[in-house]
Parts: sequence; C-alpha cells; structure tokens
Amino acid sequence: MDIVNIIILALLVNNVVLAQFLGICPFLGVSQKISTSVGMGAAVVFVMTIANLVTFLLYNYVLTPLQIQFMQTITFILVIASLVQIVEIILKKVSPPLYQALGIYLPLITTNCAVLGTAIIAITKNYNLIENLIYGISTAFGFTLALVLMAGLREQLELSNIPKAMRGFPITLVTAGLLSLAFMGFAGLVK
Amino acid sequence: MSYLKEFTKGFIKENPLLVFALGMCPSLAVTTSAINGLGMGFASTFVLTMSNILVALLKNIIPNKVRIPAFIVIIASFVTITDMVMKAFLPDLYKALGIFIPLIVVNCIILGRAESFAQKNNVAVSAIDGLGMGLGFTIAIFVVGAIREILGNGSFFDIKFLSEDASTILIFIMPPGAFITLGYIMLIMNKIKTKFN
Repeated sequence: MDIVNIIILALLVNNVVLAQFLGICPFLGVSQKISTSVGMGAAVVFVMTIANLVTFLLYNYVLTPLQIQFMQTITFILVIASLVQIVEIILKKVSPPLYQALGIYLPLITTNCAVLGTAIIAITKNYNLIENLIYGISTAFGFTLALVLMAGLREQLELSNIPKAMRGFPITLVTAGLLSLAFMGFAGLVK
Repeated sequence: MSYLKEFTKGFIKENPLLVFALGMCPSLAVTTSAINGLGMGFASTFVLTMSNILVALLKNIIPNKVRIPAFIVIIASFVTITDMVMKAFLPDLYKALGIFIPLIVVNCIILGRAESFAQKNNVAVSAIDGLGMGLGFTIAIFVVGAIREILGNGSFFDIKFLSEDASTILIFIMPPGAFITLGYIMLIMNKIKTKFN
C-alpha cells in the first residue's frame, strides 16, 4: 500500500464524515462557527491519532496473543473513554493554553463514533504500525476539513432567507448532502 | 394507560431520530435498502431494551461517580452479543451493516435512555421505554431505507418493480442521497409539528 494513496483515500475520497457517515453528531452540532469547528477538529486530530496508535498496539499485542479478539468493542470503547480523560488531565498540567482551547471539546469526543469507527476500520485493513498511524492522522484531518467547510457554509446560511420549516436540521442535512456530492468528485483521484 | 404512553411516546412525539436527531450515523450509513434499515433498527432495539433493563436493575449498586463507564460496559456487552449472534445467524445482513454493528455502542440514543430514563425508573417501565424508543428508531430508519431503495434502486425489499434497463435516481443509494433524504423527512416532520401546535 502506497502511503500517498492512504492519505488521499482517507482525507478526500472516503472522507470519514461525508462518505462513511462517522461522527455526524459533532459534524452537525459543532459546525455553527468556523472558530469552534477548528477547535473541535484539532481536538479530534489529537485524540484520534493517539487512540489509533493505542488500539492498534492493544489489538496486535494483547488481544490477538490471548485470542480474545471478540472483546474488541468493549476494550476499544473503554480505552478511548479513559484516553480522553488522560489526555485532558495531561493537557491541563503540561499545556494550559492548549487545554483552554480544546478543553470543552475533549469530553464530547468520547461519544464521537468517528474515533471508535476509525480504530475498528484500521484493524480490519491489516495496516502496519506506520500505515495505521498515517491512516489515523489523515482521517482526523479529513474530519476537520469537512467540519470547517460545513461551518463556512452554515455561516453563510445564517444570512439567507430560509423557509421556516426548513430551518435547523433539514437545511443543514441538505447542505451536507450537497457537500458530500462535491466530495464524490474526488473519487477519480485514486485508482 | 401510563405504560401505553411510555411505549408509544417514541413513535412520533419523542422520536429519537426525527425529533431529537440522535443516532444519526447508522441512520445515514446503512439505509441503502429497507431491509438494512430494519435490521439495524431491530439490532439497536435489542441492545436498547436489554441495557435499559440491566441499568434499571443495577441502578442502586452502581456508584454515581462511575455510572457512565458502567453504562458503557453494559451497552458494549450487549453489542458484542448482538455482533456474535448476527455473525452466526444472519451473515448477509451482518456483512451489509458492517462496522455499524460494533458502533451501536456509541449510538447516543442508548446511553441517552440509560442516563435520562432507566436509572430513574423501575425495570418494567424501563423495558417498555427501551422497546418503544427502539421501535420508534426502527420505524424512522426503515422509512429512510425504504425511500432510498425505492428511488435509488427501483426495488422494495429486494423485489424489483422496474424493468432491468430502467434508469433509477442512483444518487439516492450513494452517500449524498442519505443526507438529502433525511433532510427532507425532517422537513416534513417540522411541517407536521407546526400544523398540530
């Protein structure tokens, strides 16, 4: 597997939000403003990279030797939930400014299915450690890209005259659909 | 009477998907056909009902501070059971739903009901609540799946009602179609809500 291929696939072609439908909740919930969406995106990049690394090591060096792969779901969700807590504590001590910026988004990530989903998908793809790490990072950046683009669109939507029944979720979903349509254009980038 | 109310509230008035927009990921991802929607709905209903029962049973034993991790472990156990049972008995459906079976564990509806309902109510009411909410979710996700299959594939429950060479609106079984379909269903829900209020 070519590294560039993995990056383009994860970032654009199989975009985690717009093509695989992972992490829809934060995608719809935290995309009102560009500034908050950048914060959320940064927090996801941070957690997803670490989570992918930890779950990869755990699966290959603990679950597989013990032959308890069926415990994958329970182990991964617990690891991710505690990881978020640990990251929060460490960040608070080591880098208060970064904690200030990401703080409120970190607890939200526990319920972000993109983190668990990416960890499980990465396992099924049989990547090695480096590929796995790159897959995690590019997926996280793909999430951030979709989130920031969506926030930009929604900031514009605020100013437009939308029919009353269409306000809120309906217009947001239709906008996301059009964004997803645009992203389908990237399909030709990789053979 | 109140049991009936707890059971039916999830169908329309408090529909988890169409009113509260919970459980969006599976409802967009696996709804390429009616049968997939139904399968996902029933799998979630099973996990939701069982976890509601267990949370209601254990609510006095679980310390308040660690309740969220405890709920997650309970939910994850039932998801693992569902995962293994479906893999053994419904291999085709299991393949179609793929990664979204293990991801039932992060479906906000389930943790949401455990936190906001099951830990405050007795076992019987919690079971009914779980069943009702689950069926409400199933109905909603089935409607999305049915619309997408009819428009995008020209079939219903895999029964083709168009000739082989008829062209269908293919975009509806692709990712953008999911967003657009759910968007318009929610628009109709909004319209109905304002009419009745």
